[in-house]
Amino acid sequence: MVSLVLRSGGWFVVALLAFLALAFSADTGFAIHMGIVMLAALITMWVTMSGADYGSIARGILRMPADQSRYDDDPIRWGVIAIMFWGLAGFLAGLYIALQLAFPVLNLGLEWTTFGRLRPLHTSAVIFAFGGNALIATSFYVVQRTCRARLAFPALARFVFWGYQLFIVLAATGYLLGITEAREYAEPEWYVDLWLTVVWVSYLAVFVGTIVKRKEPHIYVANWFFLSFILTVAMLHLVNNLSMPVSLLGSKSYAAFSGVQDALTQWWYGHNAVGFFLTAGFLGMMYYFVPKQAERPVYSYRLSIIHFWSLIFLYIWAGPHHLHYTALPDWAQTMGMVFSVMLWMPSWGGMINGLMTLNGAWDKIRTDPIIRMMVMALAFYGMSTFEGPMLSIKAVNSLSHYTDWTVGHVHSGALGWNGMITFAAVYYMAPRLWNRQRLYSLRMVNWHFWLSTVGIVLYAASMWVAGIMQGLMWREYGADGYLVYSFAEVVSAMFPMYVIRAAGGVLYLSGAILMAYNVWMTIAGHLREEKPMTETPYNEAADRPLVVAPAE
Amino acid sequence: MSTITENHKKLERNVTLLGVFAFLAVIIGGLVEIVPLFWVKNTVEKVEGMRPYTPLELAGRNIYMREGCYNCHSQMVRPFRDEVERYGHYSLAAESMYDHPFQWGSKRTGPDLARVGGRYSDEWHVQHLIDPRSVVPESIMPPYAFLAERELKAGDMTKHLTALSRVGVPYSEKDIEQANADLAAQADPEADTDDLLARYPKAQARDFDGNPGKLTEMDALVAYMQMLGTLVDFKAAEAQEQPR
Repeated sequence: MVSLVLRSGGWFVVALLAFLALAFSADTGFAIHMGIVMLAALITMWVTMSGADYGSIARGILRMPADQSRYDDDPIRWGVIAIMFWGLAGFLAGLYIALQLAFPVLNLGLEWTTFGRLRPLHTSAVIFAFGGNALIATSFYVVQRTCRARLAFPALARFVFWGYQLFIVLAATGYLLGITEAREYAEPEWYVDLWLTVVWVSYLAVFVGTIVKRKEPHIYVANWFFLSFILTVAMLHLVNNLSMPVSLLGSKSYAAFSGVQDALTQWWYGHNAVGFFLTAGFLGMMYYFVPKQAERPVYSYRLSIIHFWSLIFLYIWAGPHHLHYTALPDWAQTMGMVFSVMLWMPSWGGMINGLMTLNGAWDKIRTDPIIRMMVMALAFYGMSTFEGPMLSIKAVNSLSHYTDWTVGHVHSGALGWNGMITFAAVYYMAPRLWNRQRLYSLRMVNWHFWLSTVGIVLYAASMWVAGIMQGLMWREYGADGYLVYSFAEVVSAMFPMYVIRAAGGVLYLSGAILMAYNVWMTIAGHLREEKPMTETPYNEAADRPLVVAPAE
Repeated sequence: MSTITENHKKLERNVTLLGVFAFLAVIIGGLVEIVPLFWVKNTVEKVEGMRPYTPLELAGRNIYMREGCYNCHSQMVRPFRDEVERYGHYSLAAESMYDHPFQWGSKRTGPDLARVGGRYSDEWHVQHLIDPRSVVPESIMPPYAFLAERELKAGDMTKHLTALSRVGVPYSEKDIEQANADLAAQADPEADTDDLLARYPKAQARDFDGNPGKLTEMDALVAYMQMLGTLVDFKAAEAQEQPR
């Protein structure tokens, strides 16, 4: 009883402080944010105080099995739903801003719906909301099963989930209201950054706590990747977001560093948001779900050691390749280029280790659409980690930088690698988390696979053409010695490419909608009656050795 | 080779060791690349003419950031013939030394703005921001008509300048004291701006948005656009540059 009073009293104090901050705020944006915080604290207080068993109500609505397994899976089930929700929101925002570039009338003339404010909404929604929830959910899933231990600090794990959702809501509403630090992928303002720090430290505590109480002597390779991802993101977030608030009751702050130093700190952060958030963490996902789905052991233990340590060591150096030919000192640019090219090898080490895990199970590509998705994810991982080092070479970068080629490159990684491996992981987890016999429909997974793949191909191909065309048109000189194209002519030349890109986005979003439906029906406990995927009629004539007379 | 896997067993049986080694692996790159930028002197070579932003320019810059202009416009001219011809002299490190944060950008959906100051008239900027396609038919920029109607509420500029001086921008005590008065004076054709111009050389004081009665967000943004890249005098330095 005493602890109940203390806890609900604590939330009441938080709500009260938020109300005071709201009342004395220096700007409306901050006031709205404090209103959201107050509401969140009041809801939490209500949930704490009222006797109702919200756990079982939620289990009823979400058809979750009463948790009797040896693992603490509730936060992961919420996570799966959050992945679906934020994924759809992020893809939709992406499609909308892609259409804005082709048809600027879609900016609607309102301040909240301009490309400038929606673009951070899209990037943060897909990277941090969709990707972040995928990482938190899968890392909790994987760490329990590979350590044979329940989550340490169950209450804290729930705080991580809900705290992270609050971070997403604050960041997203902030972008629409124009609250931003104006540094790509690190846009949330100082107080949202502080909140994320609290959530992230709790995340680290739950994750490491679970590893500490493991019943396996060894820490599985997936957990090395998750651990390095959590630690490194903490470091990047703290250093890159150092800033001086104008007022403790206002949203505005000024970055601690300026100019050159700020640029390199930002891209040290920005590139390793890719390197650790979108690569190391997702490799952790890959190292659990690919072997499980293929029912084969990881290809090479030694390769996983070598590529893990070289990947995390090399990635950190690659940031300066975002600043080629800028006012950043030349030595730093060159260093960034050299390390980016070296990074190709450990990246492909991960791809090879993943693909070769299918040794002896390659037939599953034909029969299992989830495996097919994983293989496609690894193929796109390999492709974009080849394209990245190539774009980081200064001569190539002089053409590609500032163009849509970069945008295409990011998306072949994000849609192909991060998206596909997340979809595969969700398809793997959903029936297991809800104790279903199988997914609602495997054929829909197959449709999802093809819609996504064709969508990505349209996206990447149109952006290659757009980027190279932009780069070449900007530098085109005529026989008279003058620049041939005005900037506006290059903009209008992009139109068809922007339309094709948006068409790719439509396909990718349709695939995700199909997935949401499929997962929803799986959760509801339905099974679709459909022809099995594996119908390859036996053909006696074709069943013969390829070489008539084998060499001796 | 098997020694690697043997020795690695120590790490993968101990989460503390694993965490410490992983952390050591990821701090080295940042230490080697970033830290020297703060003490290697020629990272930011001094040039004449650089000064902190006036309060009105700063308020304009904050609007530039708020609207996410950096998503489509870079402020970093690279040292290539086509870029120098299209945009002007390549950018120097010193030109963003008071930019907290930097706004170099990473994408040119629209043109570079590092030297847009003085290229177009105030009227052009206002018209272009209200309806971009009325002056550039091919443009895909969003319209920002609301800036022209909205009164500039930049907040207490003394606090803004204080925050910036805390992170190293050399505003004088007088600059900070006068910040709110300076903000209003720079866009007010009636105001006495001699003192402002003496403290902020090359600052441009006039009504920017064609509506002298009202200090709008448009005033601030256009004031910022019109000073971009105008502080350093490249004409004077040209004579000393090596012929190519």
